[in-house]
Amino acid sequence: MERIPILKMGEFLLVSIQVDMHDRLAMTLQEDLTERIVSAHARGVLIDISSLDVVDSFIGRMLGHIAAMSRILDAETVVVGMRPAVAITLVELGLSLPGIRTSLNVEKGMDLLRRARNENSSGPGEASRARTQD
Amino acid sequence: MKPKPTNNLAEIVNDREAEILNDWIELQRGSVTRRADLISDRDLHADSKNFLAAFRNGVASGELTEINAPTWESAREILGNLSRSRARQGFTPSETATFVFSLKRPLIRTLDKEGVDKEELWNITVLLDQLGLLTTEIFQKSREELIQKQQREVLELSTPVVKLWDGILALPLIGTLDSERTQVVMESLLQSIVDSGAAIAIIDITGVPTVDTLVAQHLMKTIAAARLMGAECIISGIRPQIAATIVHLGVELHTVVTKATLADAFALALKKTDQTIQRGRRKSGQEATYGTDSDS
Repeated sequence: MERIPILKMGEFLLVSIQVDMHDRLAMTLQEDLTERIVSAHARGVLIDISSLDVVDSFIGRMLGHIAAMSRILDAETVVVGMRPAVAITLVELGLSLPGIRTSLNVEKGMDLLRRARNENSSGPGEASRARTQD
Repeated sequence: MKPKPTNNLAEIVNDREAEILNDWIELQRGSVTRRADLISDRDLHADSKNFLAAFRNGVASGELTEINAPTWESAREILGNLSRSRARQGFTPSETATFVFSLKRPLIRTLDKEGVDKEELWNITVLLDQLGLLTTEIFQKSREELIQKQQREVLELSTPVVKLWDGILALPLIGTLDSERTQVVMESLLQSIVDSGAAIAIIDITGVPTVDTLVAQHLMKTIAAARLMGAECIISGIRPQIAATIVHLGVELHTVVTKATLADAFALALKKTDQTIQRGRRKSGQEATYGTDSDS
């Protein structure tokens, strides 16, 4: 079955969506990603959608769910590279994806993840995080 | 049976062309719609002569009822150019149409003298009416084109996206925001964000006369779309009255950073992108330098 590869880069996971997202593929990605976050002890997830021409309401919601789930597993999610047309469409659909962090490109997205990580690790969350993974 | 009198007509027009032309120009000169301030005698003469020649060719073809026929093409073209140029010069449509209608009198007088029968004269009148209406149509069309062109230009002019600093864009909005303009603004802003890789966009609404719920909604849409692409927006240039209006209308703007002036917004944007501006201390030509702090 078709799957979207999830790459591990240090403590972050990198997902680059290169094919048209259909609903089934999105569900699979969601399951794979949550499992991978746990098994790889990931602290951040970066989803690159720069090659997506179409993002419908389902995929938009799914991105929101991934972000929410990752947060529960203590990983930040950044969606990067959304095209102008896609952004306009999502806004017109009434989906402004409030729970998701966004960035212009992969490089800036990585910066954002690192910064979020630094802020987190200086906070009180460090000890409790280890327990969440078990 | 028809070609016989028609050829006759064409012959008469051909033979008496100079006479008709003189009569016609004389009549145009004397009329109130002459507009000597807009068109010189020489141009008038040239226009009249060209059109009469094309008219004669049209009549000679024998097609006296349908001016859309290919044989009338040169006459239509001449009238088209004439109407367009006169529209630009500031003639009114009736003044332009009178150019054609005024040909009736000298033409019919001449034809009548030659003993052309009433039916033929009637045909000529209808024909000239059609040509006159054509000038009005073209006049209208060229005006509409002009208006559309200006609308497009205004739309383009009023939505500039300027780069203020490394990674900081500014969008000074001028005029009322409607749905169509919001679309243009949004598209050009998002495209500029992609092109320049900017992290912050300042939307300055100093030039927006009123902010109602609709305008606010359009602004929020633009900001949401920019955020989806990974850029943050700051709204600046909110005048006191507009702040009051926004509060009275109950518009929710608290998810957006707002600043009173563009300068404040710019200062915040610099801070957010970890950049500073320093005043040059020495006499050297440099007025200001900027440095980007490395990410800690």
